[in-house]
Amino acid sequence: MIQIKKLVKTYSSRQGTVTAINDVSLHIPQGAIYGIIGLSGAGKSTLVRCLNLLERPTSGQIIISGQDLTKLSGKALRQARQSIGMIFQHFYLLQSRTVAENIAFPLEIAGLPKKDIKVRVEELLHLVGLEDKALAYPSQLSGGQKQRVGIARALATKPQVLLCDEATSALDPQTTLSILNLLRDINQNLGLTIVMITHEMKVIKEVCTDVAVIHEARIVEYGPVESVFIQPQSEIGKEFISTVFPSELPAELLREFATHHDSEIIRIQFLGSRASDPIITDLLRTCDVRANILYGSIDHLRSTLFGTLTLELQGTPEQLEAAHQYLASRELKVEVIQGAI
Amino acid sequence: MPFDPSNLLQLISPAVGETLYMVIVSTLLAYVIGLPLGVILVVTSPGHILPNPWVERILGTLINILRSAPFIILLVAFIPFTRILVGTSIGTTAAIVPLVISAAPFVARVVESSLKEVPYGVIEAALSMGASPLQIIQKVLLPEAKASLILGVTITTISVIGYTAMAGAVGGGGLGDLAIQYGYNRFRTDIMIVTVVILVVIVQGLQSLGTTLARKISH
Repeated sequence: MIQIKKLVKTYSSRQGTVTAINDVSLHIPQGAIYGIIGLSGAGKSTLVRCLNLLERPTSGQIIISGQDLTKLSGKALRQARQSIGMIFQHFYLLQSRTVAENIAFPLEIAGLPKKDIKVRVEELLHLVGLEDKALAYPSQLSGGQKQRVGIARALATKPQVLLCDEATSALDPQTTLSILNLLRDINQNLGLTIVMITHEMKVIKEVCTDVAVIHEARIVEYGPVESVFIQPQSEIGKEFISTVFPSELPAELLREFATHHDSEIIRIQFLGSRASDPIITDLLRTCDVRANILYGSIDHLRSTLFGTLTLELQGTPEQLEAAHQYLASRELKVEVIQGAI
Repeated sequence: MPFDPSNLLQLISPAVGETLYMVIVSTLLAYVIGLPLGVILVVTSPGHILPNPWVERILGTLINILRSAPFIILLVAFIPFTRILVGTSIGTTAAIVPLVISAAPFVARVVESSLKEVPYGVIEAALSMGASPLQIIQKVLLPEAKASLILGVTITTISVIGYTAMAGAVGGGGLGDLAIQYGYNRFRTDIMIVTVVILVVIVQGLQSLGTTLARKISH
């Protein structure tokens, strides 16, 4: 669907050259909700703005639906942009137009007849649930409603791709969820491919199918959300995940446990149906170890359950070894935080 | 000299007519020239939709030169040009030429500052939908800046009223001319007072009209 190939974007200023995107290649499959997460200044905003050529890449290719956008300019580029919707952190609605007129705007740009515009605007107002706000002005709307208008406007020309540049960062948590749900519905019902730029792991956790972590102008890791969450490879990826699934134990606790003999601290991660299996009971029965639960949480990644449990296991080295084998046989990811002494 | 209301009215009413004629026609023409110039100044600025440093720099310099010349100098300097354009360099219509030459660059700057108030993000949103530069000017820049542009028209018109007072120097007529010729040179204090009062009323009226309109338009 979207192929980013060897993308480079540099800015030259008097102080020298700044590289905002450094050799980024990424494939975004059709129908995905692809999250791109990074700290501010990591280059994520520049990356998404390169996707519809609001920023012209210094080198590299952006191929959307088989068309290399970097080869286009003028009218052909404007035409291509009509099939790529975009929403923004600060909405950027036209203050002088009503909600209905804002949604009509891209259709006017595309040169649709007035009659067709009216019909399409009705559909879109219904899609985002703002039928009663058609004649309101943006200044009369809440942040969430403004973003709904933004979404309706972005979808007006029936694009195949929706780019979201920090679309929920200016919204409160409740509104963020409702907007994310709307985006997920749109993704499922219209088969739209969505690219989401964010600095909040929570957003990725709620809706994304895939995630790429961008750090210092490079993609440091990417993959399906489940695998990146369970086994983050990069330091920055681990940091992001710990913001939604905190897993660090207090240092004093670890020091205290370090004096225990024949004991180790492990973290088990569960995904999907395994999160609902009675694994601990089975573990204690079959391996004859004793367990001390230090920390546990269960949450969801999109609609999949995702649990983590930190235990102190007590037993002889043989018993502990048996416990590891048991857990491995259940295909659970186990991480030893502090080994036995 | 005794106070004579009928004589006063005879003198004042044509002067009011001349002033309004000069103000309205020159403001209108100044916008015909200045509005496109203001738009060009904005869209050719760095990082805008049609960045062009040369156009921006040359136009900017030209505007600055015209704006730095005092109006009374422009009035005299453009006499030959006025003569070519309207056939004479004396009279109300002739005064309109230097008025426009002086007001148009002013309008260009006023329009420029209004258009720069439109957040660039809104323009980018339009770009992302595939809008052309012309569509952005027509459908985004000008409508979004409407309230500010109206306040700009108010400021311009009031400045032009001030300039027309000097048009008396080329026999342009109007209230300023009347105030000098009768009020000052012939010691008609009544005429002086009445013209000033009329000017104050016009300026006040215009300002409230502009402010109200701008407020009504902005959402």
